[in-house]
Order: sequence, then structure tokens, then C-alpha cells
Amino acid sequence: MKKEFREGIRDGIPIGLGYLAVSFSLGVAAKSAGLTAFQGFAVSLLNNASAGEYAGFTVIAANASYLEMVLMTLIANARYLLMSCALSQKFAPDTPLRHRLMVGYDVTDEIFGITIARQGVLEPYYTYGAIVVAAPCWAVGTALGVTAGNLLPLRVVSALSVALFGMFLAVIIPPARKDPVVAGLVMISFLASLAASRLPYISRLSGGTRTIILTVAISAAAAAFFPAREEAAV
Amino acid sequence: MTHNIYIYIGIMAAVTYAIRVLPLTLIRKQIRNRFLRSFLYYVPYVTLAVMTFPAILECTQSPVAGALALAVGMIAAWRGAGLFPVSVSCCVVVFLSELFLCR
Repeated sequence: MKKEFREGIRDGIPIGLGYLAVSFSLGVAAKSAGLTAFQGFAVSLLNNASAGEYAGFTVIAANASYLEMVLMTLIANARYLLMSCALSQKFAPDTPLRHRLMVGYDVTDEIFGITIARQGVLEPYYTYGAIVVAAPCWAVGTALGVTAGNLLPLRVVSALSVALFGMFLAVIIPPARKDPVVAGLVMISFLASLAASRLPYISRLSGGTRTIILTVAISAAAAAFFPAREEAAV
Repeated sequence: MTHNIYIYIGIMAAVTYAIRVLPLTLIRKQIRNRFLRSFLYYVPYVTLAVMTFPAILECTQSPVAGALALAVGMIAAWRGAGLFPVSVSCCVVVFLSELFLCR
């Protein structure tokens, strides 16, 4: 077994455990949209997306059109487009197509985070190691949520619901400590996101749409005013 | 008209995969443009920060518990804790604080 693959498994275990907790609450949402445990399992295995799946469940619950499902999935998952663009820069230029197709299966916030944080060019087997642990946890957790979600006390569901945000913090705070521009951006993003959720007009947009608008606007402004040093940029 | 659940699932999967795999397969060269490189460097931090706050205050029973989880999570991550320890400490903070905050 390749060394990188083992390292991927090691780093994938905490991600997988976190996924179990987070996808459990996603399973609760799937159940209220009318999905069976198998269907919830299938959605998670095929999508590996928290916000995107949640948005999809609301479309299913509303019995909305297929076109609406396309648009909703596109918007809720648009940040993966940006992450994949960033990741494309990390591949050695001669990386074969099959590796690009397989890494693309599971570009999530966390897998992206650990993949991009590694020194040097992207090593596909490291990412595969993390995927083989994390992806099944995500799918199984969703199925468990559909099956057992109603059995857990509200307190426990409430506590588990912050697991996802804890993982986000663990990805963004360490670079913020090293790079004051990133630290400033994190604070600005918090404030802008709070403002966008309260102000007239923009607060009426869906959470996914607001995320896209703010991400593009703030990142573009930062890139214009604080071009990253060559070694820092991807 | 009722829609087929498996067609819904198929659409979700196809769109999500396309979003992820098209940039990985179509962009083969290093992007030279400095603005674009910087933009792509900042995107993940901004997007995760935007999604975390204020959503973390709204997902718990009491917003105070969410705020405590945010503070503890940031401190733990600042001090170098990994993904899972940070995540667990946020969950524990919410569980314990809601024992007092919500009766």
C-alpha cells in the first residue's frame, strides 16, 4: 500500500467521524422530505455534499420541477466549482485523466481542505485514502439519520448540528493565524454574511445564493487589493 | 404531476459531479494570471466563513449555545487542534450549555 494512501486514511478518519455526525442530521431532513433510508444513502453516496443535498431535499419535498432541481443543485454546490478550479492548479500538469475523474468524485470542503493543505503537487492516492474512509461514513450516517433520527432527544440533535461548523473552523482558522490577510477576510466574511442575512432584499435570497454572491465579491476584492504572494497562491 | 424520486437523485448526482470534474479535466495548465490565482487562493476561506456565521447561531436550540460553540471552536483551532477535536468540542459545548439554557 502506498505511503500516501495510508496517510490519506489516517487523515480521513477524523473527517469520517465528523461526517457520521453531520450526515445523521442530514438524514433527519431526508426523512422529512419523504426519502427512505436507501434513497438517503444513495443521495449521499452519489453527491457528497451537505448544503447541496439539503437543498435537493427541499426540492423533493416541494415536488418541484426537474429544472428547478438542476438550478438548485448548481447554485448550492457552486463553491465546489471554485474549489475544483483551485485544485486543478495543484495537479501536476501531466496527471492522467482517470485521476482527475476520480478525485472529482469527492471534492468536499474537508477533503479539499486537507488535499490543498499538503505541500507540493497533488498526490491522488492521498486523496483516495481519505475518500475510502470518509465517503462511506457520509452515506451510512445519512441512512442512520433517516432510520433513527426521531429516536434521539432534541438536545443531542442540537449538539450534533454544530459538528459541520466545527470542521469549517478547523479548516479556516489555522491559515488565518499564519496570514493576517486571511484572518481579516474571515472576520469580514462573518460580518458580511451576518449583514446579508438581515438586510432587506438580499436576505430574501436563499442561503446558497447569498453564499455565492458574497464569496465571489469578497474574494475578488481581496485578490485586487492583496494579491497573494506567488508561493502562497495555490 | 408527481416526479420520480430516482430521476431527482440522478439529476442531483449528475449536476454535482459535473461541477466538480469539469474544472479538474478542462484546466490543464497553470493559471498565470495573478488576480485569478489570488482569487482562487482566497475563495475557500471566504466561502467557509460565510457559511459558518451566522448559521452556527441558528442551528442550535439557543443562539447563545451556538455563539459559545463558535468561540470555543475558534480558540481550539487557533491553538492547533485538528478537524475532529474542534468539531467534538463544539458539540460538547452546545450539549452542556443547553442543559442550563434550555429546560
